Amino acid sequence: MTAATTETAAHAPVVGTGHTRIEGRDKVTGAARYAAEVPFAGLAHGWLVLSTVARGRIRALDTDRVLAMPGVLAVLDHRNALRLTTDYTGLLGTRPDPTCAVFQHDRVPHLGWPVALVVAETSEQAREAAEALVVHYEQEPHDIELTAEHPGAYPVDGHMPAVTGKGDLEAGLAASAVVVDAEYTTPEEHHNPMEPHAATARWDGGRLEVIDSNQGVTWVVGELANLFSLDPAAVRVRSEHVGGGFGSKGVRAHQVAAVMAATLLQRPVRVVLTRRQMFSLAGYRSPTTQRVRLGAGPDGRLVALEHRSISLTSTVHEFVEPSAAVARVMYDADAHHTANRVVRLDVPTPTWMRAPGEAPGSFALEAALDELAEKCGIDPVELRLRNEPERGPVSGLPFAGRNLAACFREGARRFGWADRDRRPRQRRDGRWLLGTGTAAASFPSGAAPSTATATAHPDGTFTVRISAADIGTGARTALGLVAADALQVPPDRIRVRIGDSDFGPAMIAGGSMGTRSWSWAVKAAAGELRERLALGADIPPEGVTVRSDTTEAIGSLAPAERHSFGAQFAEVAVDPATGEVRVRRMLGIFAAGRIVNPLTARNQFRGGMIWGISMALHEEAVRDRASGGPVGADLAGYHVATHADVPHIEADWIDDTDPEDPVGIKGIGEIGIVGAAAAVANAVWHATGVRHRSLPIRPDRVLSAPGPAGAPDA
Amino acid sequence: MREFDYQRAHDVAGAVALLGTDPDTRFLGGGTNLVDLMKSGVERPARLVDIRELPLDDVESTPEGGLRIGATVTNADLAAHPEVRRRYPALAQAVLAGASGQLRNMATVGGNLLQRTRCGYFTDVTRPCNKRLPGSGCPAVQGEHHNHAILGASDHCVAVHPSDMAVALTAFDAVVHFETADGPGRLPLADFYLPVGDTPHRETALPPGALITGVTLPPAPVAARSRYRKVRERASYAFAIGSLAAALDIRDGVVRDARLAFGAVASRPWRALAAERVLVGAAAGAEAYAAAADAELAAARPLPHNGYKVDLMRNLVVAVLSELAEEAAR
Repeated sequence: MTAATTETAAHAPVVGTGHTRIEGRDKVTGAARYAAEVPFAGLAHGWLVLSTVARGRIRALDTDRVLAMPGVLAVLDHRNALRLTTDYTGLLGTRPDPTCAVFQHDRVPHLGWPVALVVAETSEQAREAAEALVVHYEQEPHDIELTAEHPGAYPVDGHMPAVTGKGDLEAGLAASAVVVDAEYTTPEEHHNPMEPHAATARWDGGRLEVIDSNQGVTWVVGELANLFSLDPAAVRVRSEHVGGGFGSKGVRAHQVAAVMAATLLQRPVRVVLTRRQMFSLAGYRSPTTQRVRLGAGPDGRLVALEHRSISLTSTVHEFVEPSAAVARVMYDADAHHTANRVVRLDVPTPTWMRAPGEAPGSFALEAALDELAEKCGIDPVELRLRNEPERGPVSGLPFAGRNLAACFREGARRFGWADRDRRPRQRRDGRWLLGTGTAAASFPSGAAPSTATATAHPDGTFTVRISAADIGTGARTALGLVAADALQVPPDRIRVRIGDSDFGPAMIAGGSMGTRSWSWAVKAAAGELRERLALGADIPPEGVTVRSDTTEAIGSLAPAERHSFGAQFAEVAVDPATGEVRVRRMLGIFAAGRIVNPLTARNQFRGGMIWGISMALHEEAVRDRASGGPVGADLAGYHVATHADVPHIEADWIDDTDPEDPVGIKGIGEIGIVGAAAAVANAVWHATGVRHRSLPIRPDRVLSAPGPAGAPDA
Repeated sequence: MREFDYQRAHDVAGAVALLGTDPDTRFLGGGTNLVDLMKSGVERPARLVDIRELPLDDVESTPEGGLRIGATVTNADLAAHPEVRRRYPALAQAVLAGASGQLRNMATVGGNLLQRTRCGYFTDVTRPCNKRLPGSGCPAVQGEHHNHAILGASDHCVAVHPSDMAVALTAFDAVVHFETADGPGRLPLADFYLPVGDTPHRETALPPGALITGVTLPPAPVAARSRYRKVRERASYAFAIGSLAAALDIRDGVVRDARLAFGAVASRPWRALAAERVLVGAAAGAEAYAAAADAELAAARPLPHNGYKVDLMRNLVVAVLSELAEEAAR
């Protein structure tokens, strides 16, 4: 075969057409192997022991008895564990969370802190022994309570400035015809991917190999190489199938502990987290307390805006949930002030969780906008259209496409918004009060440098290799479509291989940047391969391979406000006698760049919107003040929306191709959840006439709320 | 988890003999609760006796006009049984309101009665709990208790019983039948669950070594017009935060008979006898229903974060009785 392989009949573009997942059949038949299922000869099993106190020191560990238990091979703790290096900055520009650097000292900074790893021949033996290990602590008083007035709150930059400000806020508010001043709270929320975190580590010919479930093998290689002072080339991480991540699957205690044990025992060691352990070790979304003050003229045009948020972090690592940053994109005002502050408490370190900042921030800001619309007597959609900014309210930069108004117009048309009576508590269906609500959504659009290879084989097929992660998004399938168009061949002639760090560095599945960053690199490699083949060279048995690196191209993008946008609509029913809230229908219209695979994209948008329902009505991790630990840390105690909670949900998009991206992509991973909870909460107000400013809107809160909904059928 | 032995019983006498007096042995029905508790370390039996093959999987009419339900009848089969649906619709509704389809296919009637509370402190072996570890304390009283008891609790335990099925059975005066080495015995469901007092770890009056063989429902014409309403924090697959099994017989505008039982308010299904006394003989209407609810809830002792349950149960009583009355008038 020759280079003629790409000279097929006119290629009909496949990007933009629906395709089922390449690996879908393997997943539904059980053939796809997840990290904890890959077999290894001589595999040993590690089980983490977590602290049962929230603050203090380890005084002693009674390891002798445990070492004598059946099958037990070793107990690792701070007295015998390998020393790690933690003085570095990782791929994402952050310092390592010391929670991952296990067993380095005797201090316990939160309940659920890893204090030991018990390794045994079987998983059951390891668990029995781990649960039998008695740890003696010197306990100290702890503080786990986030309050709006916590004296320890301080501004933290994170990935953006903590504080922005322009104009005289108090003067602006004083001069405003209409003022909204309200406090909103969101609770501790957990990712809870279906597949628990799991890793197997082994040494293979002087190389460390880790089979893992993560959102980016490049990322995890970098962290492990730094922690264990290894050459990155001596570390290989593979992560072929991932049962969800949502921000929680980076480097965590279990991978590090597995590497330590594999190094000590010189045999493969697997460590899997239980669902209960994930509530302490997998990261989570910090609770937030947010205050929003809006001042507007009688026409609803904003003259003053303040959004302040407080979130918490652990005492060992600084993480900020930047909820107030959403106002820097959405709305302008002469006086415009935002601030993200953090309180350090004796709790586990929170982390990125689907739409960090935007998810809780949009609840507060978009609920406040709804309150402003009510006070001004203006339709909530119209209010948002009147407050569309020309440029970035804080940056002053132009928007690289802002189709929010188009999303609202299309959404309002399809939802039947024009017929809505603005007054609350007007519609009823039997025991249910009905209402509708809306909210805006945005999420940053970005791309990060990645490398990829494309190989032409003599048989006319191609292989694309990239260290991408398919965490359930359909990335593998999408990348195949992008490659098919670049090569101008049908997608079934392309093999897509991902999830192996040996394929070269690439962006993680995160920040809604995965598919965009990888597509850029795949298109570059595949496009160049096609050009090379067009010259008519013969294809040798080993194939012809082209490698791409997008570092330079991405670095040359001009600064601009780059975001995806969306408009969310919800209809809810509320039974005032029982406090039950049910979402009856939802519609989301998004402007999120070119859609590569409508089938999986719709799935991702709807998944985000369903999570928004869950955030609005169900999800809340409860932390026990006395112990400092979680209560009901399982999927019976931590409620996520069930099928019965999910009504007809429509997600669609308007044409919004990004001209500066080679494929036109902006990113769709996170925007589906943004604004969704606010739309539901605003609909609950419209149904009942009562504002719920604390999530989730549980029946007990509806029943206990002052106002008309508190009484049975007033 | 602890390693355990597994044996299968083929008849009732054999099951009772296999259990013997060994405190470390448990009967295994559907396993939908026991196996979870074994994984979390709350239960650490040395031996399981599987009773799923026992010939106790029938629902039959009794000569008096009631029903006898075998202990290993699955929740799914119970809810689907035509006589249950016709004569005790609230029972079928209650069972269907619980768990998920998959769990109902596994869970048995006997196991449902004996399931343990889902209190987050009880299920976490690293925390104190008087029910799990007598004398260790009850963190729920000062801690997370928004779904805990408002009736019949004590300072020692404020957990609620999780069953939906048992609430409906309680409303209809069910009797639990059991077998021990000394022969058969019976306990009215009203006496089956023990008061909390200072012994929350003692949950039932079943004698040691007993195997539940079934439940009988006496004839109850009033039950033919009955209803179960469950309020929970999501639309499905969650335990109740308040539930009500109710039956109502109204003639000439006067309540002739009424049955009420509350769920998720106490350590056991709560028969609302005080409410029933107010209702019987009263003029049907929202006023009587509210008065009945108030009579029962006068004994409520809510904690700081579960006071809403008093309103919830009152609203439920008024709403469900009104619905039943409306249905009867049609």
